[in-house]
Amino acid sequence: MQTQFQYMKKLFKLFQPVLFLIATLTTTVAHAALEIEISGGSAQQIPIAIVPFGQAVTANQDKIADIIAADLRRSGLFRVLETSGVASRPTEVSQVKYAEWAVLQAQAITVGNVTALPGNRLKVTFGLADVLKQTQLVTMEYNIAPNQLRLTAHKIADVIYQKLTGEGPIFASRIAYINKTKNRYALQVADADGVNAQTVVSSSEPIISPAWSPDGTRIAYVSFEKKKPIIFVQSLTTGQRLTLANFKGNNSAPTWSPDGKKLAIVLSHSANSQLYTINADGTGLKQVTKSSAIDTEPSWSPDGKWIYFTSDRGGNPQIYKVSAFGGEAQRVTFQGDHNLSSHFSPDGKSLVMVRKDGARYSIALQDLASGQSQLLSDGGQDESPSFAPNGRVILYATRTGGRGALAAVSSDGRVKQRLSESGGDIREPSWGPLLN
Amino acid sequence: MNKTMLNKKLLSSLLLAMVLSACKSTPMVDKPAAVDDKSPNITATAPAVPVADSGADTAGVKDGSVSGNPLTDPNNILSKRTVYFDFDKDTVREEFRPLVEAHAKYLAEHGSAKVILQGNADERGTREYNLSLGQRRSVSVKKSLNLLSAQDKQIETVSYGEEKATANCKDEACHQLNRRVDIVYEGE
Repeated sequence: MQTQFQYMKKLFKLFQPVLFLIATLTTTVAHAALEIEISGGSAQQIPIAIVPFGQAVTANQDKIADIIAADLRRSGLFRVLETSGVASRPTEVSQVKYAEWAVLQAQAITVGNVTALPGNRLKVTFGLADVLKQTQLVTMEYNIAPNQLRLTAHKIADVIYQKLTGEGPIFASRIAYINKTKNRYALQVADADGVNAQTVVSSSEPIISPAWSPDGTRIAYVSFEKKKPIIFVQSLTTGQRLTLANFKGNNSAPTWSPDGKKLAIVLSHSANSQLYTINADGTGLKQVTKSSAIDTEPSWSPDGKWIYFTSDRGGNPQIYKVSAFGGEAQRVTFQGDHNLSSHFSPDGKSLVMVRKDGARYSIALQDLASGQSQLLSDGGQDESPSFAPNGRVILYATRTGGRGALAAVSSDGRVKQRLSESGGDIREPSWGPLLN
Repeated sequence: MNKTMLNKKLLSSLLLAMVLSACKSTPMVDKPAAVDDKSPNITATAPAVPVADSGADTAGVKDGSVSGNPLTDPNNILSKRTVYFDFDKDTVREEFRPLVEAHAKYLAEHGSAKVILQGNADERGTREYNLSLGQRRSVSVKKSLNLLSAQDKQIETVSYGEEKATANCKDEACHQLNRRVDIVYEGE
């Protein structure tokens, strides 16, 4: 039987300093946070007790245990237990009286502590124990600046998640998306839990297709600020940006090579859209496809050898693949009326895409070895899918009540999340790599 | 104000507009009618049916001024600037041939005139594919203009994809208005 639960939480609204200032474009600070709603869950959720951390540092309002609990709940793989009925508040594994937690039917327990260090630093310690076996599974210690507390909480959640599910880390990562308000388009970056939204660039003209560099330090995107689509690459650390491609016609659909040295892009010049590769500094343009059809939406395979793309060369849009150096293209998708906007899983074994069946656009996942595919959503107007760093979750754009919202689904289709911002129209999401 | 009075007022301003525009019988609404995919006999040159707003305001007075510019004369086909397309298609439909021919002739006769062809798509499908589709539609119109002697250097093609489309369309009547190429002359 599937455990159903609804969870909704108003997330913290944090003020963020203005990080980037771009000439002629305004950079604003986003105060709003995304609201996250989760439905569904794994058949077997791991019951876990997350004891509030000992926090000797009163200045910080962030509750580490709350952030960890929210991350684990959102995965759908954990059942976070109510701990208020237990009197003891251990802050390290040696203090845990296992019998108390076994009564709650906890399989695992986490404890931790935050203490001040000289020089305005914090020490965060954390331990995870198996309640049934009464053994310590892992302990960690972090020496951090106070503003790294949320990130540290996400990293701790990742350690717990990895240890108990065997999956790779996911929580200490960021997402990018376009937030449209009135007549303003803002490219924003937020933590994967929707908190800390910051505007990277904004414009009165549309911005689409944000793409993370593999190391997460840069974002490529398409801006219409000069009344036509031009590709920019912007540093998230300095805010500086370069014009990657501003050729005649359309410049669009940037995607990075796995080594971060090149991008695959789409140029139309004065005819139809075709694939090109270009160095990340804007030099070394090479044409990859030469067809009389639309070739667009490139996705670079994790081994660097292939570029998968959307083409209507067969009469309607389907996914094809071509060597990153050019050559003959081969068709990859055969189910569905149309297939568009493909993105690789991190392990390179599967492809997520937008599938049109009848009038509905849904998210589909295709196993590349077998060619088998399944639908993961039924939103009707779903698009822009991308994988979480561990491949377990797919983020995509959907529409509700006439407005754009973000949604996420586990790669097995069991757990679904919806992220929305009141008053906002959110589209074009892309899940970035893990943070260091 | 009661309804009869309002109607009288609208009627009189409409009459005034018609007098000012030298009593031409063609309605002075330069918005095209909703174009139906399945009825190719509706042509862009046919008198446009006013769209369902209370369109009989003073717009006729403004448009009716005698400017002598054929590009903006509502009674000249050159003032018609929009070519509509079928879903996921870039073929210029038969009904728009007179419109495209008129602009090609104008460009051929006015070597210094330049146009930007702005391609658009409806909101269905992905943004990037729609950007390419809008581009191909603008290229399709460009090819038609080229065939009729307009020169390459006079024509630029751009695409807005679905970015300028009316959002949240409920039906085909709404979608089809977004699948279009707008012909914009330089300096307009």
